Amino acid sequence: MTNGFSRRDFLKASGALVVSFSAASLLDPIASAQGPFDTHQSHVDPKKLDSWLAVANDGTVTAYTGKCDLGQGMYTVQTQLVAEELAVALDKVKMIQCDTAVTPDQGTTSGSQSTPTNFNSANLAQAAATAREALIAMAAQKLGVPADQLTVENGVVTAKGGSHVSYGELIGGKHFDLPVSATAKRRAPAEWKILGKPVPSMDRVALMTGTFEFVHNVHVAGMVHGRVVRPTESGATVSSVDEKSVQQIPGLIKVVVKNNFVGVVAEKQWQAARAAKELKVTWKPGEGLPSQEGFYDQIRKQPSRDLMLVNSSDLDAKLKAAAHVLHATYTHPYQAHGSIGSSCAVADVQADHATVWSATQSAYPTRHSVSVLTSLPLDNVRVIFVRGSGCYGLNAADPVSYDAALLSQAVRRPVRVQLTRHDEFISENYGAACVIEQRAGVDASGAITAWDCETWAVTYGGRPGYDKPGNVMTGMLAGHEPETVTPRAAVEPTGELRNGSNAVPSYVAGCISGKCGGAGVIRSERVLTHAVKSPFFTGPLRSPLRLQNTFAHEGFMDEICAQIKADPVAHRLRHLSEPRMIDVVKAAAKAAKWETRPSPKPGNIRTGIVLGRGIACVAYEGDNGYAAVVAEVEVDQASGRVQPKRFFVGHDCGPISNPAGLRNQIEGGLLQGTSRAMGEEITWDDRKVTSIDWRSYHTLDLSFELPTIEIVLIDRPAVKATGAGETTITLAAAALGNAIFDATGARLREVPFTPDRIKAALTVRG
Amino acid sequence: MTPISLKVNGTVHTVDVDPETPLLYVLSDELHLRGPKFGCGLAQCGACTVMIRGQAVRSCVMPVGAVKEDEVTTLEGLGTPEHPHAIQQAFIDEQAAQCGFCLSGVILTAKALLDKNPKASEEEIRQELSNVLCRCFTHTRMMRAIKRYQGVRV
Repeated sequence: MTNGFSRRDFLKASGALVVSFSAASLLDPIASAQGPFDTHQSHVDPKKLDSWLAVANDGTVTAYTGKCDLGQGMYTVQTQLVAEELAVALDKVKMIQCDTAVTPDQGTTSGSQSTPTNFNSANLAQAAATAREALIAMAAQKLGVPADQLTVENGVVTAKGGSHVSYGELIGGKHFDLPVSATAKRRAPAEWKILGKPVPSMDRVALMTGTFEFVHNVHVAGMVHGRVVRPTESGATVSSVDEKSVQQIPGLIKVVVKNNFVGVVAEKQWQAARAAKELKVTWKPGEGLPSQEGFYDQIRKQPSRDLMLVNSSDLDAKLKAAAHVLHATYTHPYQAHGSIGSSCAVADVQADHATVWSATQSAYPTRHSVSVLTSLPLDNVRVIFVRGSGCYGLNAADPVSYDAALLSQAVRRPVRVQLTRHDEFISENYGAACVIEQRAGVDASGAITAWDCETWAVTYGGRPGYDKPGNVMTGMLAGHEPETVTPRAAVEPTGELRNGSNAVPSYVAGCISGKCGGAGVIRSERVLTHAVKSPFFTGPLRSPLRLQNTFAHEGFMDEICAQIKADPVAHRLRHLSEPRMIDVVKAAAKAAKWETRPSPKPGNIRTGIVLGRGIACVAYEGDNGYAAVVAEVEVDQASGRVQPKRFFVGHDCGPISNPAGLRNQIEGGLLQGTSRAMGEEITWDDRKVTSIDWRSYHTLDLSFELPTIEIVLIDRPAVKATGAGETTITLAAAALGNAIFDATGARLREVPFTPDRIKAALTVRG
Repeated sequence: MTPISLKVNGTVHTVDVDPETPLLYVLSDELHLRGPKFGCGLAQCGACTVMIRGQAVRSCVMPVGAVKEDEVTTLEGLGTPEHPHAIQQAFIDEQAAQCGFCLSGVILTAKALLDKNPKASEEEIRQELSNVLCRCFTHTRMMRAIKRYQGVRV
């Protein structure tokens, strides 16, 4: 580690504690494939307690986490976790988040996995519990009192007789030199004093007063400014770059070209912006783009990688025997993460080492990518997470980090790269477009006897992980291959039901070889998915595929209910077996004072403004959070405009760590989902993406007339904690679409629900 | 490059930049202020908002040379973490943020309106906030915070 970054050096330099550190074990990217509930082997050994926690002489605790705060509240709630387990006050805990020099490698902060990963029986939670038990054992020895006669409060261990010793006195400045114990006892939710309480986000004062440091605010000595010049059209490649075209711009340091990656570096940001705008690049056109009109039909005809998730092999017979057979196709467009701040990163790449300040969700994987892109040894690359604007998944934070690294390497100076809004819209990995085809059979009693679902989802690139920098635009432009679809036929499912993308509807039993993992009762079931090559980069966007699939399942369930004139809540309950799903549906319906009747709403006339209600529910990723949403909407049938009026939410994420943060996530998810349902869609012509700013990509601004949101939280202390950041966004489009149907009798099977689409649906309603 | 004198949050600074440079770049890169942020560079989102002559101004499209004698107030010029301005306190109390990147646009646009029109109706407040974006969709809390500020202001 002579040229690299040791954890010891970092801790010395930052004035923090010296914590034990085992040097340099190179990661084998294949051997260390990411498991969602695990940590990686890295130079910060996750098996050692000292990798997670350190106690200073004054009793303050520094905790190291590989799950970072993206604006979703992870800093606050992880602070609560450590404070709770160690029995210290909140303000005695400082979190260090996602810095490859000092924190354990916990992969990517994504997929509603931070809470399951760090709050159940491993990792940060278990480290804190281990530390507490160790400190009590040390106190027992020091005070000469058995451990079971000691109590702990505010970092002080006290014996019955009153003798006491503080954490600082016991371990301050020293290593624990212990492994994280798998058996250390977590504090039970019934004992919680800090966890489970509504702690406001700890960053809020800094945010409101403009003093919070975002990655956009990072300044490094000697830093200069870079901008990128992206291909003007999709798939275009560099033919020539006329460096003379920008020679006259003052402050210009360098024009950088590496394969099809083009950028400029200048002393000041304005100079770099001008140079990027004025640089004459001749692009060789790409293959062109498939027509957006007809795109959904087109993707169904492409070669695909197929996966059979469940197959009872009796669909045809059951459908033939059914009293009614329903058939419908749902479609969902590409959508953008559309972070409000166009992405930014700072990199300092020198001859033998590199540091990148990045808002990536994936500090360690980004370290790998930067190592590959710069050909520097992995150990000599450090990635420090600094928060960017909310990302909601794979926005352009990763590509801009590579942009900064490439430009810095070319000039051997620290470079800050700010993407433009246009760069951001064309550089990110969009949420996938999908086609979802549904068929179901219903018997004479109204029971659903068979459900058949076939989905097509586009994919290209994705998270770079540990070895695929080409999965995002900059890596591809610089010459690295993106992951793409290798066509493959489906094989019959084996093992446990996999429902991580909610491709399997909640109402089927999900049986594979007699073992049933679904949330419902329908035994005749088939779910076949197709991955198809996308013309654009795709990647996780908040509730990836779970949202698209749930829109289709919950809309189709509503169609079944309407067909047989069943109440949408009662009919859902009739086909659900998972008690936690049943409870959230009942909770939302009760809060909404749900009137038991079929849709559409009797008495609504076909002109003017009408009201309606709709419900949708999901077992997120099959078992990572349960939610139901009732939406009430007003539809103006003349203009096609929809105004959501009220939302009611039933929500269960196991033991609630922080109800304040949870409510914020539920509300934000619901409204973000509303915006995506009502207006958001990536558009393109035959050569390029045309949704490139906030005039051409339609988000709901602050003038949006706000619906009320009533939330019922079901706290379940006895079960494992699940994610909660993506539950309600998964349901918004479905609940709104069902409410529009209830109001008007028009079924919307295509997102977004623009006024034109609504008017078109009104003209063809039954 | 031209030396330009600029009064920001009560202090006069001299910066040596092209007068065409957007005010935002000067505030961020030269003065290291963190309140106004680059969102779109197109005056479409509000993240770069500052106050000049009581108006909410998009600093990403305003050339620094056009500011002249006017004082610029940024989000950090309203109050401090120890003594937040009443509208900042209202946002703190309502926990009206997630990532918080948009706050200059929301807080300063609302403040500029309520300074002029303390009794603005909800409809007027919403109108004023059209073209102000929050992509975490903390809208409900923000509107509550603005109304809370309106309540304590009068």
